[in-house]
Amino acid sequence: METITTIRPLLAVLVCALAALVILALDKRANLRDAASLAAATINFLIVASMAPTILSGGIIEYKLFSVLPGIELGFRVDPLGMVFASISSLLWIVAALYSIGYMRSLKEHSQTRFFACFAVSIAAAIGGAFAANLFTLIVFYEILSLITYPLVYHKETDESWEGGKKYLVYLMGASKTFLLAAVALTYAITGNLDFANNGVFSEINASPLLLTIVYICYLAGFSKAAIMPFHIWLPAAMVAPTPVSALLHAVAVVKMGVFCVLRVVFHVFGGELMGSLGLGIATAYVVSFTIIMASIYAMTCDDLKARLAYSTVSQLSYIILGAVLLAPSSMVGAVVHIASHAFAKITLFFCAGSIYCASRRMKVSELPGIGRRLPWTMAAFFIGSLSMIGIPPTGGFISKWYLIVGTVEAKQLAFLAVLLLSSVFNAVYFLPITYKAFFEEEKNLPALDSHEPFEQVCSQDIREIPLVAVPLVITALLSLALGVYPYYFLTLAQKVLP
Amino acid sequence: MNAPILSIPILSIIIFLPLIGAFALLFIKDESWIKWLTLVVCAIDLLLSIQLMNSFDTSTYVMQFQEIHTWIPAFNIRYALGVDGINILFVFLTTLVGWVCVLASWQAIKHRLKEFMIALLTIQTTMLGVFCALDLFLFFIFWEAMLIPMFLIIGVWGGEHRVYAAFKFFLYTLAGSVLFLIGIIVLYFAGGKTFDMLALMERSYPFQIQVWVFLAFFVGFAIKVPMFPFHTWLPDAHVQAPTAGSILLAGVLLKMGAYGFLRLSLPMLPQASQYFAEMILLLSVIAIIYGGCLALAQDDLKKLVAYSSISHMGVVTLGLFVFNIKALEGGILQMFNHGITTSALFLFVGLIYERTHTRSIDDYGGLMKLIPIYTTFFALFTLASMALPGTNSFIGELLVLAGAFTDYKVYAALAVIGAMLSAAYLLSMFRRVALGTITNSALTEIEDVNARELLAIIPLAVFVIWIGLYPMPFIDLMHVSVEHLLQQASRVQGAVPY
Repeated sequence: METITTIRPLLAVLVCALAALVILALDKRANLRDAASLAAATINFLIVASMAPTILSGGIIEYKLFSVLPGIELGFRVDPLGMVFASISSLLWIVAALYSIGYMRSLKEHSQTRFFACFAVSIAAAIGGAFAANLFTLIVFYEILSLITYPLVYHKETDESWEGGKKYLVYLMGASKTFLLAAVALTYAITGNLDFANNGVFSEINASPLLLTIVYICYLAGFSKAAIMPFHIWLPAAMVAPTPVSALLHAVAVVKMGVFCVLRVVFHVFGGELMGSLGLGIATAYVVSFTIIMASIYAMTCDDLKARLAYSTVSQLSYIILGAVLLAPSSMVGAVVHIASHAFAKITLFFCAGSIYCASRRMKVSELPGIGRRLPWTMAAFFIGSLSMIGIPPTGGFISKWYLIVGTVEAKQLAFLAVLLLSSVFNAVYFLPITYKAFFEEEKNLPALDSHEPFEQVCSQDIREIPLVAVPLVITALLSLALGVYPYYFLTLAQKVLP
Repeated sequence: MNAPILSIPILSIIIFLPLIGAFALLFIKDESWIKWLTLVVCAIDLLLSIQLMNSFDTSTYVMQFQEIHTWIPAFNIRYALGVDGINILFVFLTTLVGWVCVLASWQAIKHRLKEFMIALLTIQTTMLGVFCALDLFLFFIFWEAMLIPMFLIIGVWGGEHRVYAAFKFFLYTLAGSVLFLIGIIVLYFAGGKTFDMLALMERSYPFQIQVWVFLAFFVGFAIKVPMFPFHTWLPDAHVQAPTAGSILLAGVLLKMGAYGFLRLSLPMLPQASQYFAEMILLLSVIAIIYGGCLALAQDDLKKLVAYSSISHMGVVTLGLFVFNIKALEGGILQMFNHGITTSALFLFVGLIYERTHTRSIDDYGGLMKLIPIYTTFFALFTLASMALPGTNSFIGELLVLAGAFTDYKVYAALAVIGAMLSAAYLLSMFRRVALGTITNSALTEIEDVNARELLAIIPLAVFVIWIGLYPMPFIDLMHVSVEHLLQQASRVQGAVPY
């Protein structure tokens, strides 16, 4: 396997970070500022994309900065798993940037500069985490991501959003300060380094199984961004954030960072062999199966659209972890591809929720009947997103779910096959009626409860698509379809994750 | 080795330059001249200590820049100074903190400015003396001399209950010092009538003597650190002291207790240190958790930072008594880190107090919108204090915990709980002070930090990031010395009775 040294991974991170500074500097000039956001997103995507051919052909890109402590380095290493995460984040940032501009302007939101600056840094952190060469670098970016998204969560600065922000920070920081710190310190104590290795770093070391199990549990709990129950509470709480944040960060960057870290731990810290011999894989599978089912049930009971999407995310994230810990070849591929397919589908759904809110100030599922006729593009995209969530061809969700299901058979764990199927049924139950009612039921003229606008305006007939908001969600819906038709980019990368 | 500056007695210069400065201040009347002279003295001292670090040879544990002169021959007392990879860090820390203190007092001290600056410079000399001394008697002299200026700083320039706090501080420390002195005298006789610290480290003493001396030292040092249950003087002293006093206390004085353990207890009394290690680990863990809980309950900014010090110093003592290289290096690095971050936090509390005259957290809110530069740096130091990855304390904490997990898993696990508490109280403090809506209309006209204040803040911020991402130079600086210390501390001569 050839290894190339180039500064590009660092550049990708720096571009986003620099963009934040430029955005802050252009505080007063909204158009230029938003152009800077878009430009940075594009440049960032191009840099990430320029590394793709190397990775696809089996190469690895490295860029070491310096040694932090004996056995610990600060550095970047682009491998297939990181490439999957980075391509998704950087590609969707362009779309999300466009969407945010439309969303924030149509709502005339305050503190837009802070919003866009934090947004850019969040992506910097996500890309940095994706390209992190070792655990130390990874957690540095992991924590930056937790902190920089906090202002985005409390953005509205109402009592409710402060409360949500508090929960967000308490869960993310509390878990990482307790469990992650312990896990990292233990790993460093046991192995003397914090590297990733293809067969795991513990494989050569004679540590007691009990200790390794504790380390593993600490990792799983510490990376609470993966939202495994009971560490999922921050995610619904984070829904107080403006919708673009929920879309890109709490459906893509932040939660995928959590899942990505868990995958790193499973694949490259513990390694499949050790996971199997300690029995951790199956144990985790049971835990995440519980999360899959419970979160789906929660989702069915939510009337708030964003909360429903949030619980759906909790459930879908556990799909990814389930696929990884089953340790069967297909399930692992399915897990990695599901990162992509869930990202494209869920960001579409959130964009739709935001579009509905911008156009009508409605946030509840019970207020949506009939809205499809006013917002046809939005609800059509919503439909495609739902299909992908359920796993119906020709969407990306079908591809990943197919691999996951084949994986459960390969692993001879049919119980988890049942979990996946049952959860798909649940997905259908809580997503499909929304689209159906939107198109085929009569509109109810309900005012949204906490709308900012006076009653008359909400009830007025002036509900229509906002172009700058509608275009991005159509793009992501098409991406979702494209992934179903042409999944080879992510499939190839996924198959290279574990040689 | 380090030939260029061996010819001049650089340690003596660094130690006594502030005292000379203090003497010079006596003859100056103009207030701004007083300030500037003090600042210049501190700046020169700081530059000299940087130069000292640059010319330090990291490949040997032998004491460097040694200065040895006979002082009181009758008792074999010598004027002996020297630095190795451990105390050189604290020499630098002291001079840095001195610089910050002067800038922090620029406007905060309204009356008796000259006397204040004299006290500040004097205490600088005594602190540097403690860190450099290689003669136990000299060490003790500096150790005691430090009390007086600190007593005055708290008692004269402090807050409402300054006299009470000053006396409490004085009596606690004095009680510890008396026992410390007894321990020194016992060592003097047991070690062959010498105060030479290096010689005393080489000897081995009967276990019984080690135990008693250790306990005597322990009380002295534990009060200084302060370790639970000797910590009760600290909150009073911190809250009443002026900003510079708090910075000195947190930044340097607390380190002296830990330095005492490092320099005296561990190498001179290895068996007793090992014998009592578990007790100290237990007390450290109690301090970490109890200090964290107390900090969580505070509504006063300064008290919160003061209690967080107790918790953070618990991590230091935990690292010192685990007896492996990672934890020991982590403990020492954490001493340095705590000196940086807690000084910075006290500085920030002081800066905002100067502007608003309140320390109650509830009086604040929304500072981010009013004074963004202040709040940004405040955020940095808050995060550093809670040991966010990428900041200095994380490296220290990681090393201490990694070391502790190797040998004492339960204590390490309990210490992690303390780490979580620190995230809780620090983040909640920051949230209540800096974010949210502006509730207090009196705040709306406050000014952001000025250039002078930035001069104090930026060096501290540099170290937060530098050690957070690239701590290797600091680890290299101390590594050989720490290895040697660990060897000394791990000596087992004769059976240790249990």
